[in-house]
Amino acid sequence: MTAVPAILGRRSTGERVRGGAFYGLLVFSITVGFVLLGTLLIDVFRKGIPFLDTVLLTEPPSATPEKAGARPAILGTIYMMGLLLLMAVPVGVGTALYLEEYADRDRWYNRLLEINIQNLAAVPSIVYGILGLAFLVRGLGLGRVLLAGAMILTLLVLPIVIVSSREAIRAVPDSISQGAYALGATQWQVISRQVLPAAIPGIATGSILALARAIGETAPLLLVGALTYVAIDPTILGQFTALPIQIFQWIARPQGDFKLLAAAGIIVLLAILLVMNAGAIWLRNRYQRRW
Amino acid sequence: MATREAAYGPQPGIRLRAESRRWSEDVVKGVLALCALVSVATTVGIVIALLEPSIEFFGEVSVVDFFSGTTWAPLFVPSSFGVLPLLAGTLNVTAVACLVAMPLGLAAAIFLSEYARPRVRQILKPSLEVLAGIPTVVFGFFALTFFTPLLQDVGIDVNVFNALSAGIVMGVMLIPTVASISEDAMAAVPRELRDGAYALGGSRLQVSTRIVVPAAISGIVASFVLAISRAIGETMIVLIAAGGIAQLTADSREPMQTMTAFIAATGIGDVPTGSIEYKTIFAVGLTLFVITLVMNVFAIRLVRKYREIYE
Repeated sequence: MTAVPAILGRRSTGERVRGGAFYGLLVFSITVGFVLLGTLLIDVFRKGIPFLDTVLLTEPPSATPEKAGARPAILGTIYMMGLLLLMAVPVGVGTALYLEEYADRDRWYNRLLEINIQNLAAVPSIVYGILGLAFLVRGLGLGRVLLAGAMILTLLVLPIVIVSSREAIRAVPDSISQGAYALGATQWQVISRQVLPAAIPGIATGSILALARAIGETAPLLLVGALTYVAIDPTILGQFTALPIQIFQWIARPQGDFKLLAAAGIIVLLAILLVMNAGAIWLRNRYQRRW
Repeated sequence: MATREAAYGPQPGIRLRAESRRWSEDVVKGVLALCALVSVATTVGIVIALLEPSIEFFGEVSVVDFFSGTTWAPLFVPSSFGVLPLLAGTLNVTAVACLVAMPLGLAAAIFLSEYARPRVRQILKPSLEVLAGIPTVVFGFFALTFFTPLLQDVGIDVNVFNALSAGIVMGVMLIPTVASISEDAMAAVPRELRDGAYALGGSRLQVSTRIVVPAAISGIVASFVLAISRAIGETMIVLIAAGGIAQLTADSREPMQTMTAFIAATGIGDVPTGSIEYKTIFAVGLTLFVITLVMNVFAIRLVRKYREIYE
């Protein structure tokens, strides 16, 4: 046994010190992110807890911080989630099905479609806001309404829904659809009764994550005009606000107490996101099968 | 052979095609293709939305003045439309963010790929992704109300609104972007390369920095480019924490306005449709869109390249 280290030799002290220092540097680097995340959460909770009460959840905004609530904003965010679910998920899953099951990848237009989706995923969100401002709010004359905001967020998260749905559909083994074809099923029968049901947990997980991304999005909604003062409960075709917008509005106020109110709003927003993400993880662990 | 074919091939007289055309199948395919068209329409819509007012804008303001002017004051009389201060603001914040995100993200990727045990990686990687899931308005709040005062406390003379704080917080936010794409590229480097280097007596440090990083370089560069692109396109952090003064300065401690922050700040206000102020949103938006598009196309190509090499 002693012969082995004799052949390989010991590493020199300098080399070991360098190796140790490098390791230390790596550990430090990966810690930075967690330290900032931890500090951020502690800071937000420390500032926001005093204002986290039923007034925040049930009252409309007000000029005095103690009486101000985020009821219209929270409702706006909830309505937005509903509309997104109705618009982004069907269109996204439809596109994914087209690309995975129907599209001939040798055709130029299908390749272009894929590249297009990849690029859309990386377009800055404020650019979607410009699209909304130009076409929905002013072009179509829809005005600064909740539906316009939801449509823009739909387009924004569509690439995420498409990519995750494609992965879920691709994970369904070919043998299942081949078996169905062998029994004489048509293509749509195979997809709607075999492939889709098997892919639903994956699609649902991806869709929830996409939705979570959408409701935290602020910049495009600013351009679609969610910044107006809204004290009444939102309607789909009426003026609206949303939780991140309300938070931004409170941050922008000069009075210090509004910043604390913003922190309380952030806690609510983070809580909603936490529930959604936890739901997605639970879904994945509970239903996702490995073939 | 002949009997085998008879047994497995199509029997004579039996047609495997559907007896009648199923129109509903075509309808379904049409509907799905229509869904796919939505994303094409989005791209076309973005291009039209940006181009049309921009062309009108450049009819009133010369392109040369726009890209070489050093004063950005579209709402003042007399107005001035030099985009350089906005570009400088964007560049400044982006540079700070990249100085944070690139080294830390790359180091995190090396740690996850070469040093961490599988169990540790399984916990660390998704936990790090949590950073990417926090809404940017929250990071903006943090930069303004916690990080800037912290910088002032440690003796850095920053303005209440400054590019430094916004850039650093944005950089930390981008660590998962760099780490996750770089780690994917490193995971695609074949084991044999590492084993060969270890067999030659290489230490973990040497194998990581001289074998794995060079082999994964196209993916790492792609992650860097994507991080830059996301930093350029990020709005809320700079809107909240970097201030709203478009000034041409290299000093990160000063307030600055980025392209994105200008678009947001102007879009919030009720600028009348068709006015020159309204059109500036689109001219700046077009500039932003073109810059990020070029970077994204480049990054997507690079990612595809490393996939081709090793997979």
